[in-house]
Amino acid sequence: MAVHTISFEPDDRYNAFLKVCTKPSHGEGKLAGVAIAVKDNISTQGVETTCASRILQGYVPPYDAHAVELIKSAGAAVAGKTNMDEFGMGTSTENSAFGPTLNPCDAGRVPGGSSGGSAAAVAAGMVRMALGTDTGGSIRCPAAFCGIVGLKPTYGRVSRYGLIAYANSLETIGPMANNVADVSLLMSVIAGHDRKDTTSHDKPYNHTPSANIKGLRIGIPEEYFGKGVDPEVAAVVRRAIGRLEELGAVTVPCSIPSMEYALAAYYVICTSEASSNLARFDGVRYGPAADTRKSWHAAYQDMRKQGFGPEVRRRIMLGTFALSSGYYGKYYAKAQIARENIRKDFARLFADVDVLCGPTMPTIAFKLGEKSDPLSMYLSDILTVPVNLAGIPAISVPCGKVQGMPVGLQIMGRPFEDERVIDVAYAYEQVVKP
Amino acid sequence: MIDADVVVGLEVHCQLDTKSKLFCGCSTDYRNDGPNTHVCPVCLGLPGTMPVLNKRVIEYAMKVAKSVNCTIADESEFARKNYFYPDLNKAYQITQYDKPLALGGYVEIEGDDGKERKIQLTRIHVEEDPGRLVHMGNAERGRYSLVDYNRAGIPLIEIVSEPDMRSPKEARKFLNKLRATLEYLGVFDSEKEGSLRVDANISLRGSERVEIKNITSYKGVEKALTFEVTRQKNLIRRGLKVERETRHYLEARGITQSARSKEMENDYRYFPEPDLRPLHVQSWLKDIVLPELPDARRERFVQQYGCSLNHARTLTGELKMANFFEAVVAHDTGVCSLAATWIADTLAGELNYRSMGIDAVDPIKFGGLLALLKEGSITDKSGVEVLREMLDAVKQQKVPEDPKTIVNRLDLWKISETGSASSGVILPKIGQISLEVVIENVKKANPKAVDDYHAGRKGALNFLVGQVMKETRGKFDPSDINRYVTESLGDTLKK
Amino acid sequence: MVTEKDVEHIGELADIGIDTAELATFTGQFNAIVDYFDVLDRVQGNGAVARDLYNVLRDDVVEISLSQDEATRNAGAREDGFIKAPRVM
Repeated sequence: MAVHTISFEPDDRYNAFLKVCTKPSHGEGKLAGVAIAVKDNISTQGVETTCASRILQGYVPPYDAHAVELIKSAGAAVAGKTNMDEFGMGTSTENSAFGPTLNPCDAGRVPGGSSGGSAAAVAAGMVRMALGTDTGGSIRCPAAFCGIVGLKPTYGRVSRYGLIAYANSLETIGPMANNVADVSLLMSVIAGHDRKDTTSHDKPYNHTPSANIKGLRIGIPEEYFGKGVDPEVAAVVRRAIGRLEELGAVTVPCSIPSMEYALAAYYVICTSEASSNLARFDGVRYGPAADTRKSWHAAYQDMRKQGFGPEVRRRIMLGTFALSSGYYGKYYAKAQIARENIRKDFARLFADVDVLCGPTMPTIAFKLGEKSDPLSMYLSDILTVPVNLAGIPAISVPCGKVQGMPVGLQIMGRPFEDERVIDVAYAYEQVVKP
Repeated sequence: MIDADVVVGLEVHCQLDTKSKLFCGCSTDYRNDGPNTHVCPVCLGLPGTMPVLNKRVIEYAMKVAKSVNCTIADESEFARKNYFYPDLNKAYQITQYDKPLALGGYVEIEGDDGKERKIQLTRIHVEEDPGRLVHMGNAERGRYSLVDYNRAGIPLIEIVSEPDMRSPKEARKFLNKLRATLEYLGVFDSEKEGSLRVDANISLRGSERVEIKNITSYKGVEKALTFEVTRQKNLIRRGLKVERETRHYLEARGITQSARSKEMENDYRYFPEPDLRPLHVQSWLKDIVLPELPDARRERFVQQYGCSLNHARTLTGELKMANFFEAVVAHDTGVCSLAATWIADTLAGELNYRSMGIDAVDPIKFGGLLALLKEGSITDKSGVEVLREMLDAVKQQKVPEDPKTIVNRLDLWKISETGSASSGVILPKIGQISLEVVIENVKKANPKAVDDYHAGRKGALNFLVGQVMKETRGKFDPSDINRYVTESLGDTLKK
Repeated sequence: MVTEKDVEHIGELADIGIDTAELATFTGQFNAIVDYFDVLDRVQGNGAVARDLYNVLRDDVVEISLSQDEATRNAGAREDGFIKAPRVM
């Protein structure tokens, strides 16, 4: 394959990038020459990968994530590594060890998280496409806050090999871009089976978006328009759903009763898995060097204290607590039951409707520093986490503005019906195009 | 002597002899290579990597489970055992917790009372080996560790017994039987250093249970447990309490020592491994064909070759020995009973003394030696000498000579009685000196022994015979020498 | 109700290194979150999950390993091909 290089020198006033590759090379293929930003929790061979954490500063992976291999094979140029909440833990990208990313729509506001850097890079026009990851909303939230399109694929549809794990049973890599067609194009490159990831399914994605949604049945869950959701945001989203009805879709009111437990279940599961995944960072094999003059436990504790930010340490402790002897049954086991109930609720609804629609986020992008209390930050995830618990696909597409800030319409679909979810977003996008 | 008070349970970890590791494609043949030369992103635990399960490991584990009569779980899964240690590069070990591959089962051993006993098993599961630590430095220069991750990710099978053994000896027999079974199945190489590790639990009735961790030799298990029985009995005798604790076995000193670390109260926070899918392999069981196992082979040796039970037990106790025996008798079926004795008793001892494996012996040459013994061409004593020559040659990395060549070279041909059946027997000669002369010389040199003999002390005869044997360097049958000396001393020569 | 002692114990279990200055803040935040988790007490069901994939296995085939240099390159300290680590005392 012929190798070319492009020049990439963006004006990164929003701190979207942690590392810029100024002369990235690229080959041939359907993404030939396209500069793609890669979230910094996705391994890139020869390029420092930090997860926006001090504990991985200097770590240069000797291998590419499977998704990165695929975009390179399709001719893309890796433009750089984007900023994020440390290890994916956050909803605002304020938890980065290297400073927050700013929202290109309003630099005093957060871009959302944890894929805030990828979203800002796309929204500001620095790159055409980006890879993000979504564990509890981390693609959809910044897509909604920055006014771009972001797809969380069905769990297992895109290989996780090379994604530095935060919560293995919840997370996935996904495409972000300014329009649905580009998101669909990027999805077609990264989806498919990977023998190195035994949770990946053999379900390639080869779809051209279609705007025909005549007869589509859209469920409107009441929990998505209830308390905790800003009324102005709700109103904008209802109007957007109205446009879909004009195109021939039929709306059906419905309810997801187990949503009451969704946030608690999500935080128990993700912190439990994280407490285990993040225990390997001891400064021995990679990252800033451990002090070998100290005793093992002292060196290990020091490394974790210096290397992890407060939110990461909080979640590791929560997870350790939830898994600890005496508490496993109360928290982890119960969370898995709640999760299964949520999955069943969605399955029950999808027997009657084809997709579910609602706001992506309960509010518009908040101001930097506004949400300092951890629990109130967690509550922002209430509309996005059920999707991760059930493993279903969901997309956020811009559908209007409140106080000048973008609002995202979230479309959720059946497992492995990413194509349909894309179509609904595409139909909306096309009908509102000026 | 059965001690009704002793209760022993074992947890045995064996490395399964697959080509690649449990969760990645790195080669398992790491022992002769430098550190960190058999690692990849997966077994190094680099961030973002994921395990992929090796099918052959499950097949091997199921073979083992079937051979010891376990039931295979309908669904089994892997779990994470979380703890922090420099040799554990993910800070968790992928193992099996509440849904292991196999449950129940038993291993048959010869109990201390001579009767066959079934030692019950609790479960069998699969897990990965951690890396290897080398401890460096000292108090002045500072202590640190060096880590080699070649061993990280090697597949282990863990076989857990019920607390069903009643003595250190039974524990050793259990271990030997298990080892032999795994060898027969072709899933385990017991000669690989560190391929087997044992944790032992022992309690005396009414006392707390003590765990001895990480015993790495078969003999060490019996020694460690024997030491513990003594140690605990002494405590009890002095009115002291046996502490519930974890101890380490110090091989060099033959003692156990309390483990100072706080390993005992570790909370491992087990949860199912989210990167691996469950196993539904119960249906594979019926298609697993087991080879002939130690007990069946032992039975066959008794029936087919007429071995004594004890010899059969020894011969089939190690796969290589059993194969060696059959290779020898295949070549010459006439030497069966001789082979059984010479392999189980003599050869085993000589190999052990030289720390050699039976691989070093050519079964055809060995068979040749047995043939010479069978036809009476050499005495047993000379046979041992020939064997030693052959083994020593191998040890010096030379090709051992043919037995006949050695006998010729060392002049070990047996000299038998010649002459007619009349009362005047012509005694044989060694070279120029006749046996008659040797006997007369020995009698002259040991007058007291001669007198003792005539005074009725039979032991004196043995002494004189021994002296003659020494002089004649094993070229005569001891029983023949006995007759000639007796005759010479004045008793009637019996024909 | 999670006490400061409990949080200290969890910190030790997780080897996460909390110092006394942070303890009070952490405990307050911890309690608020753990109280929120109590909603799970009311969850009904047996959680039996219908899995979609099982018996995902690979063949016993040897693949190329990293070189010793590649494997140890990111380590803070190496010695004779080994990786140096603090010692468990």
